[in-house]
Amino acid sequence: MKHGWKMESQRKAYSKALVELGNQRSDIVVLDADLSSSTQTIKFAEAFPERFFNCGIAEANMMDTAAGLAASGKTVFVSTFAVFGTGRCYDQIRQSIAYPKLNVKIVVSHAGITVGGDGASHQITEDVALMRVLPNMTVIVPADSPETYRTIFEIVKNKNPTYVRMGRADVPSITEGLESFEIGKATVMKEGDDVTLIGTGIMVSRCLSAAEELKKQGIGARVINMSTVKPLDEKTIVKAARETGAMVTAEEHNILEGLGSAVAMVLGENANVPLKRVGIPDIFGESGDSEELMEKYGLTAENIVNAAHEVLARKK
Amino acid sequence: MDLLDPKEMDALNERARTIRQHIIKMTHAAGSGHPGGSLSAVEILTTLYFKIMKHDPKNPGWIDRDRFVLSKGHAAPALYAILAEAGYFPLEELMTLRKLGCRLQGHPSMRCTPGVEMSTGSLGHGLAVANGMALAARLDRKLHRIFVLCGDGEMNVGEIWESAMLAAHYKLDNVTMFLDRNMLQLDGPTEKIMSLEPLTDKWKAFGWQVQEIDGHSIKEIIIASQNALRCHGKPSVIICHTVKGKGVSFMEGAVRFHGKAPVDEECEKALGELEVCR
Repeated sequence: MKHGWKMESQRKAYSKALVELGNQRSDIVVLDADLSSSTQTIKFAEAFPERFFNCGIAEANMMDTAAGLAASGKTVFVSTFAVFGTGRCYDQIRQSIAYPKLNVKIVVSHAGITVGGDGASHQITEDVALMRVLPNMTVIVPADSPETYRTIFEIVKNKNPTYVRMGRADVPSITEGLESFEIGKATVMKEGDDVTLIGTGIMVSRCLSAAEELKKQGIGARVINMSTVKPLDEKTIVKAARETGAMVTAEEHNILEGLGSAVAMVLGENANVPLKRVGIPDIFGESGDSEELMEKYGLTAENIVNAAHEVLARKK
Repeated sequence: MDLLDPKEMDALNERARTIRQHIIKMTHAAGSGHPGGSLSAVEILTTLYFKIMKHDPKNPGWIDRDRFVLSKGHAAPALYAILAEAGYFPLEELMTLRKLGCRLQGHPSMRCTPGVEMSTGSLGHGLAVANGMALAARLDRKLHRIFVLCGDGEMNVGEIWESAMLAAHYKLDNVTMFLDRNMLQLDGPTEKIMSLEPLTDKWKAFGWQVQEIDGHSIKEIIIASQNALRCHGKPSVIICHTVKGKGVSFMEGAVRFHGKAPVDEECEKALGELEVCR
């Protein structure tokens, strides 16, 4: 399913936004844990060396240091790989950032299986789950590079603890030209009345491809980019459920406790329509090329099309 | 030095005695809490809040105030007693400790209690938080200082040593750490649970200025604090040799009062001792 989408790096968009922000605001401080050339925070470090602190390979320490900076009025960005920026320092995020509701923005890269060759040790597929269940925490999974850029400017308009998830691989720029991004507000990328496809991150582009295929089959699929997983835009979900009567979710994350689970909970309480979750089926990943891995683990437009047929059949 | 006016020393010691009485009454009223590690830290906290630190109970958000982080969050009763004595909130409120709807949570919460700079309770976090505050002060060209109190059991936590490295690496001479070396942790003697010694050598090796003092001597705490203020280019740790449960005979050195409040008779006896010991 080839499209004319540009392939772009979310990390580059992040660092571009960070440097621009750094120019605008002196309260922006950035911490990294020996991965600044990977996460691209090195660009900020080069531009504002006095406001960048490399904490070494010590993520727990980095999160608490960030909390101290935030408690003193700084807007603190903390970056590393998703697997290290959640699992290696969960207690610090819980106790010192989420509980006291401090202004720390945890912006991580290399989430999910598209990490590729590094294998399961580095392919975190449960980070959204970990962050979503923390009170006070906002969780955003931008669909692409332009949305990542807009996200960074949006999250510094408030002082809430926030988790932003990016991948390693370049992703199709599907939101280019879309001006607005609002935290907690889903974007309807494509209208349709037969079935709704809700995605986050790289899977939004797969949903769009799936919708094209379904259109050829005479099925109108609505595509929703749910970049904010928390707070969840329940209104848009319920409206789509009532209007289309069937729903598919798609995420590069464990099907447990990510977007799919969040949507299932909303449907369970508000709209009884058939749902199928596309995601990693509660197993660890492995080494491989990112596209090959997406195929192997079912994170494809084809699989979303199949899921759409399944819920459509259950709808009747 | 003229910092050690005998009358002022007497007043500080008297204040420490009052703080101890609060701790006993509060934990007794709450029916739970950590009297042992609260009592061992009383002189350290009293000296900090009533002699060393620049702070304003009428204006807890004063931008130039010195910051204090209670890394050993379970010593919350001691901190609350200090804050109430200093005037951050009414003394009567101390009896609400751990009660539903209260501002005095079992472990400190910066969003609940005036004067509490950071929410703590899970051990090993406070030094890193203090480092963050110290970096912020430096960025803002502020001269205020960051004080942090850690327990010795807390030295088991790996993050402490990560923070020790960071503070030395960034030459955070505006950080002063007090280490409440009372030799006991929940399960027993620190050297039996997880050996810490040689502790002074460890901190020296991590690039810190190290002082060892009697943590119940207000005079020694003042002198060590002044030395720390004068230390340039490196952070400073003051290892305070203390007695867990200090001031109450049957609580001194008693592991069981790490996390157990005194019952009625114990409370009465403890208050009796604290009354006559002046």
